[in-house]
Amino acid sequence: MRKIQLPIAESDLLSLRAFDQVLLSGTIYVGRDQVHSRLFDLLENNQKLPIVLQGQAIYYMGPSPAPEGFPLGACGPTTSARMDPFAPRLLDEGLRVMVGKGPRSEAVISSIIRNRALYLQAFGGCGALYASTVRKVETLAFPELGPEALLLLEVEDFPVVVAIDSNGTSVFSR
Amino acid sequence: MKLSRKISEALQEAVVRLPSDVLSCIRQGREEEAKNASDVAGKTSLAVFDAILENLKIADKNLLPMCQDTGMFVFFVDLGRSCPLVPSKIEKAINEGALDAVEKAYYRRSVVTDPVFTRKNTQNNLPPIIHWNLVDGEGLTIRVLLKGFGSENCSSVRMLNPTGGPKAVIDAVCDIVRLGGGKPCPPIFLGVGIGGTMERSAYLSKRALLRDARIAHADPSYAKLEEDILAAVQTLRIGGGGFGGRVTALHVAIEEEPTHIAGMPLSVSINCWADRKAEIVWEGEDA
Repeated sequence: MRKIQLPIAESDLLSLRAFDQVLLSGTIYVGRDQVHSRLFDLLENNQKLPIVLQGQAIYYMGPSPAPEGFPLGACGPTTSARMDPFAPRLLDEGLRVMVGKGPRSEAVISSIIRNRALYLQAFGGCGALYASTVRKVETLAFPELGPEALLLLEVEDFPVVVAIDSNGTSVFSR
Repeated sequence: MKLSRKISEALQEAVVRLPSDVLSCIRQGREEEAKNASDVAGKTSLAVFDAILENLKIADKNLLPMCQDTGMFVFFVDLGRSCPLVPSKIEKAINEGALDAVEKAYYRRSVVTDPVFTRKNTQNNLPPIIHWNLVDGEGLTIRVLLKGFGSENCSSVRMLNPTGGPKAVIDAVCDIVRLGGGKPCPPIFLGVGIGGTMERSAYLSKRALLRDARIAHADPSYAKLEEDILAAVQTLRIGGGGFGGRVTALHVAIEEEPTHIAGMPLSVSINCWADRKAEIVWEGEDA
């Protein structure tokens, strides 16, 4: 299986195609509903974001608590569609890779094509599997959101499938 | 052992390991998908099944929740009319048992107080939903679902035409499943509630998810309808993870009740492959 380093190299991003199975290693942000809503509001109000989006990847996820000896609890993907209203704005800001599960809206697909971005699908519900790929966790912002806080993960061999590639080809369009 | 402790232990187990009926459905589904995995959609769907089985192994070994969405507790209490244990004690045992399991088994705190405005986290995954059902006898059986919300968001109610018959039922279920697509973490389990009123059909659809997936409906007409729904859903080609494989659903269970001459309420509760459930039978212990 092809291994990809994060933050992703331009040549890797452009060469990946829908249905490719990939193992990700490196750093990735974590943010779901409330993080998206807050980042979106900050951008709308011309305020500074707590993170740099350019060239980065974000994982739609809210973990369960970490038992002793683990950096993080179960950490599988959440449904991406709920992030659809916010995703195009973040892609326009320079975000390149989104990781979640399930189909995306037409607006997100257009934005993926426009920004030459990538949407990857993690295996839904496989929280324990993903926990075993996490090496380090850091809370970057919004700790008051609990399981919805904005995190930075360091992962190793994190399995995903390319769901929408940078040409806009989607595994969901049949 | 106290009832509250029995409840806690069942919930600690349920969040890590699947019941054997659910597991055998997943294994069968994998074999089915493997037979036809000639195209890229089938192959990717098969990879989803393999990831699920690998995930369950890791959850078991590390005692981690199999999924980070450890769900909302939905309890179904079948209370004997002559049961000597009073409801207030049962309710207390459920709350204590659930709270203990949340802490010991590292449940995610996924419940908020106010649904519209504050959405403040309750910090303990409570309150649970408790459905009380009176039955004959002196016994008490408590069953529970750990209901994840990726799939719950795809559940739905339809008020069907009373003359629609089985075709209307099959079409409505397929439409609901099609709209959910890859969102509810397929392969999925389907609980179908038919009859009663709008809210009663929804309750029945949840209750249907509790049934042992190896057992078909007792009424042959409904058993056939379950099979027909399953066959129709597989033609949607959603497959594991929504990648377009041939196995979209793993099981269909129907519960039905009397309804009004003017209607045929239908509800579908969609559950992801992580169909986590437990049963606790009271054997005379203290609450």
